[in-house]
Formats: sequence, structure tokens, C-alpha cells
Amino acid sequence: MADIRNYTLNFGPQHPAAHGVLRLVLELDGEVVQRADPHIGMLHRATEKLVEHKTYLQALPYMDRLDYMSMMANEHAYCLAIEKLLGLQVPVRAQYIRVMFDEITRLLNHLLWLGAHAIDCGAMTVFLYAFRERETLLDCYEAVSGARLHAAYYRPGGVYRDLPDSMPQYEASKFRNRQKLSDLNENRQGTLLDFIADFTDKFPKYVDEYEQLLTNNRIWKQRTVGIGVVSPERALAMGLSGPMLRGSGIEWDLRRKQPYEVYDLLEFDIPVGVNGDCYDRYLCRINEMRQSNRIVRQCVEWLRTHPGPVITDNHKIAPPSRVQMKTSMEDLIHHFKLFTEGFHVPEGETYAAIEHPKGEFGIYLISDGANKPYRLKIRAPGYAHLSALDEVARGHMIADVVAIIGTLDIVFGEIDR
Amino acid sequence: MDLIYSLPQLALQLSKDFFGVDLGTYIYILLKTLVLIGCIVGGLQGSVAYLTLWERKLIGWMQIRMGPNRVGPLGLLQPIADGVKLLLKELIVPSGANKGLFVLAPVLSVAPAFAAWAVIPFSPEVVLADINAGLLYLTAMTSLGVYGVIVAGWASNSKYAFLGAMRSAAQIVAYEIAMGFALVVVLMVSGSLNLSEIVNAQGRGQFADIGLTFLSWNWLPLAPMVLVYFISGIAETNRAPFDVVEGESEIVAGHMVEYSGMGFAMFMLAEYASMWMIAMLTVLMFFGGWQAPVNWAVLAWVPSIVWLLGKVFCVVSMFLWIRASFPRYRYDQIMRLGWKVFIPVTLVWLVFIGVWMQTPWNIWT
Repeated sequence: MADIRNYTLNFGPQHPAAHGVLRLVLELDGEVVQRADPHIGMLHRATEKLVEHKTYLQALPYMDRLDYMSMMANEHAYCLAIEKLLGLQVPVRAQYIRVMFDEITRLLNHLLWLGAHAIDCGAMTVFLYAFRERETLLDCYEAVSGARLHAAYYRPGGVYRDLPDSMPQYEASKFRNRQKLSDLNENRQGTLLDFIADFTDKFPKYVDEYEQLLTNNRIWKQRTVGIGVVSPERALAMGLSGPMLRGSGIEWDLRRKQPYEVYDLLEFDIPVGVNGDCYDRYLCRINEMRQSNRIVRQCVEWLRTHPGPVITDNHKIAPPSRVQMKTSMEDLIHHFKLFTEGFHVPEGETYAAIEHPKGEFGIYLISDGANKPYRLKIRAPGYAHLSALDEVARGHMIADVVAIIGTLDIVFGEIDR
Repeated sequence: MDLIYSLPQLALQLSKDFFGVDLGTYIYILLKTLVLIGCIVGGLQGSVAYLTLWERKLIGWMQIRMGPNRVGPLGLLQPIADGVKLLLKELIVPSGANKGLFVLAPVLSVAPAFAAWAVIPFSPEVVLADINAGLLYLTAMTSLGVYGVIVAGWASNSKYAFLGAMRSAAQIVAYEIAMGFALVVVLMVSGSLNLSEIVNAQGRGQFADIGLTFLSWNWLPLAPMVLVYFISGIAETNRAPFDVVEGESEIVAGHMVEYSGMGFAMFMLAEYASMWMIAMLTVLMFFGGWQAPVNWAVLAWVPSIVWLLGKVFCVVSMFLWIRASFPRYRYDQIMRLGWKVFIPVTLVWLVFIGVWMQTPWNIWT
């Protein structure tokens, strides 16, 4: 009798479903996975160490590059940690802007997740539909910060600048006639807030479109129902958070449980799943998109009627305006000190966490009173989720592993950092 | 039109005059066969090339994007650019591969896909080989294609390719049976294995007599068979949502993962030729082949080939529409669908039609 051995399959790092650079060593019995061993580190950029050698402000853009699918949310946690150590009050308008862009970021992330998850399961049209909406949202990013991905818009003490009063327009080219051009520019005539409001009006219909393609689709259900089930106890034990935890039926959302910024003033619901399988997590995220849209809408209404400062007037932390800098000696000194030495953060340690689109994203910050962090530890939700892969995927088939990787919503920027 | 139909007669006469009656007839038949083969293979290659363009365009429109539009006007030269690119690429044979089988596999895959076209009638008169067991020959040829996939998966010496080959072998068995039963039902109601006869049989019946030919076609009494046959056809050609064999996001490209250049192109050629094949067969067996849907005088000027190709085009577009709409099945779910749904359905319908034909209400006399 020949000795029958399981065979190992190297899944990635260059694999269409590896979501970047995941190298997964699968031990297979036929097509059934006996062991899934994720190997990480191929996108390691030593962010935590690099940050120790930059001033607090210089380190901020590194946060964009952690989870590069939800840029501003990463910045938010970092800014919150610094503000906590500084004991700094952020202007209310800035808080609303942050919340609004946090939710826009959640939409961006969930849209990408939806498209990627669907395409992993073979439904490619959803991907392109989702990217249509991402385009609009990235335009909001661009209008407010100048960058479509790595925004560096949040600053300790507020946000970099107020929302713009006009939107950039599409320009004429030989591929667009006058009619098409005016259609494209139709919702860009007003302010950024008008543009976002227009989006929030349309977005629920778009979500219906995705749901029409997937939610009641028999094949989609066969591919996701009962796949990758996580019990509530195990979900807690494995440190899952965000939709991975809520999909298992545990109502845990930092926006409600430890409200930061103005989340306690806003109305929204927390969708939770029942069975903890891929399908429930899918429904959770879909509903989260609808809730995010609600929050964005409320923020737009508030921001329209409440002008005000968007960054702290403590010029030891935030730079003074150009006019002040050019006219006042003290402000010139502040400006010079900020952009050479940076600001000092009092000695101490803190942990600030936000409800990131993927889960609990936390920054643990130790300061020794210098202008650079003494140590900065990033708590990335994706890392815990990926560690759960082996347990969740065991006993499933290869095609299910792909679906599970999709549902984990992993991005290697934050796992490898 | 008359001129075209009289051309063969003219050629036959010329050949007889030139070579004498016996030899002339042989030479005429030889030449006629060669010309027809040339037309079919050439036409098929062209349609495969432009099917890829149509696929990208149509799915592009469904997905609110444009599709290829850079090479030539409206991207019409894109397939040619693709072809040239694939031709000029190096055919890489992996060092661990079985070289002979590795080279043989694409041929094994593409040859049956083309050979099957020999028995397809394009209109009442135009068919390369009007053989009696045409349907049998077709089933044989379409089944042979899987050997190319299996051999490719084995010869590549790659785990992904091997998984693809195993999936393909299992899948093809399940769906061949369902397809076979669907064909048996068609054969029962037509009383012939000859494809021209199958089409002609659909032009007879009560509805055809009052001019509504399309209600006499097989699709109406055999509606479940149409579905089973078409879906099995999608599975047979490894198209989405049954494309587990190449399963882009799971096993990368399955059996094709190690192929480059023309080796890869041959597999694609076979896949798209099979798509045309399945579409053609669906039309011939269930949608009345070259017959016009209604027997009205205003439509009499339309040549039969236009009806045939028009219908085939619609069915082929269905393949693409389905690809744009559905997620992919998991491999064991495909097996379940094949064995537990399609085969029982076809068996039940087989018995049902059999009983129907023995009753006084038999409509296929």
C-alpha cells in the first residue's frame, strides 16, 4: 500500500486572490484544506521604526500607507493618540469633517471589499460598479486634500484646511461632446458639500444594484452561506473586531461603545449578523454602507450651517495662517519652530482606537517628551483577522478559502506595516 | 442567389468535361470538400477572433466601460493585434514538464473543437459531411476535447494545472451525461441522428402549417431540455459560472497556467470554437436552425443562413451575458447540480416524452 500524503500548495504571494502579497501555504487533502499557514512580511516597511525617527507631523503620512484602502481612518487614530497626550481640544467643525471623511473612507473601503470579494467568487460586474462610486468618493478626497489616496488631511488639532467652495470640473476633450461634458459636470457646480449631498442621494440606489446582483443570487448564497463560520466566543477569543465580530452577532462598535469625536450626536444603527458566516458578514458590510451614507448625510447638513475654525488655534501645535505668519513676529517664530523642530508631546503613554472600516484600529503611543514618538505600536485589525484564517478555513475547499480571504477584508499594508 | 447555387453544377460540368466522367467527379468532390473545409475553418477562426472582441465589448457595456477601442476604428482590429502578439510570443516549456505531451495537449484540445464542425448544416444544401449519425459524431468530438485539458494539466507538472485537470475530468463526465440525455430526447422526437433532418422535422407541425413556425420548434415541447442542454453546454465549454477548471481566482488559470503564446491561444481557440459549437447546436436542435420564425411572404427574401447565424449570435451573446452576471460555482456544487438536478430532470423528461409519443396526442408524426 502506497503511503498517501497530503500535498502542499503555495497559494501566493503572486496569486489573483492573494489580495496583495499574502503567501498562504495550504496543506490539501484533495481539494479540502487541512491546514492554512499564512506567511506574512513581504510588504514590511518598518513603519513603526521609521516613525521613531520623524517628528509627529512628519510621521503622519506614513499612516496613510498602512491600510492603503482606508487612508483617513488610519490618520484619525494617530491624531487621536497625539491629541490625547497633548490634552488638545479639536474644534467641533473639524470633528464633523473628520467623522464625515471617516465614513466616506468606510464607504471607499467597503466598496473595494465588495468588489474584490465578489470578483474572488467569480462575479466580476460588481467590482466595476463599485469602482464607479469609488471614483466619486475619491474625487471628494482629491477636492479636500489634493490627493486621491494618501491624503494626509487630518492633523493633530483638527484638519489641514476647510472644505473647498468649488469642485474641479471635467474639461473638454475630443472624446467628450458638449452634452456629455455638461452631464459629467452637472453635480460639480456647487461646493464640495453639495457634491457629497448629491452622492448620498444616489448612493442607496447603487447599493440596491449591488444587492440585486448578489444578495438573493443562489450561486452567491451557495458560495457564502455556511462558509467560514465563526462562533461569537471564538470571534472574541481570536481578537476579531469590526464586521468580522459583528457578523458573528456581537454588537460591538467603538463609535457607540467608546464614542469619539461627534459620533454620540449622530443617528445610525449597528448591523449585526446571526450565523457568523461569510454571507452574514457580507450583509453586515452592505448595511454598514447604508448607515455610513446616513452619517455622511447628517454631517453634510450640520456642516452647511455651522462655519467655524477647522484646526486648533494653539499655534504651538498647528501652524498659524500665512497672513499671521507674515505679519506677526510671534507667529513667525511658531511657524519656524513647527516646521523645523516640530511640537513636543508631554511624557506619557496612551492608546487611542477608532472603529476603522476593518475593525478596531489602535495606536499605542509612548512619548518621552521629545518631538518624536518614543515608541508607536499599531494595532491593525487585519493582523488578528489573518491569524484566524487557519481556524476558519480548515475543512473547507480551495474555492472557500478564496471566499474567506475575501470576507476577512485583509490589506497587507496594515498587516505587514 | 441562383448564380451561387448553380456554381457547383457548373464546376462539376467543367470537371467532367476536362477529366472525363469518373475522374472528373472524384476531383470535383475532392475540390468541393477542400473548399468547404477552407471556408469552415477560416470562417470559424474569424468568428472566434471576433467573438473575443464582441465579448469584451458587450461585457464592457454591461459593466459601464468601453471595452477595446484603440486598435482600429471602434477597436475592430483588436483581435488581429492579439493574434499577432500571441503568435510572436515565445512558447515556454517548463523544465519539469513532459515536453511531448505538453506540446500535444493544445492540439488535442483544438482539433476536436474544429473537427466537430464537419457535420453542421449551415443551410439545407450547405453541409460538409451530411452523415446519418451526425449527432453521435458530435457528442464524440465534443467529449474528446477534455483530453486536451487533462493532458495539459498532467504534462505541465504544476499543482494548479493538475487541480484544473482533475476538476475538468470530473465535471465533464457529469455534464456529458445530462447533455447526452437531452440529445436523446431530441433524437426521439426527430426520428433521426442527421442534423439536417432534425432541423427539417422542426418545420413540420400544426403551428408550422398556419405559418407560426417558431411554435413548432423543439424548444416549446422540450423546454426543460433546452435549459439543461444550454447550461450543460456552458459547463462543457468551461465558461462562467462553471469555469472552475480555469478558476481565475482559485487555481489561477488551471490547465493553461504554464502555457504561453500560441499554446495558450490554442486553448482559447478551442474554448471559443466550442462556444460557437454549443450555440450552433442549441439553435439547430431547439430553435429550428435556418428556418424563419414565421412563414410570412414579407420575410421570404431573407436567406436561410442569415436566420441561422442570427440565432447563433443571440445564443452566443447569452454566454457572455451569463458570464457578466453570475458568481462562480464551487467545484462540488457543480457536481451536485449535474448529478442531482440535471440528470434526473432529463431522465424524467425522457420518459415523459416517450409516453407522450405513444399516446394519440403525439405531435411528432
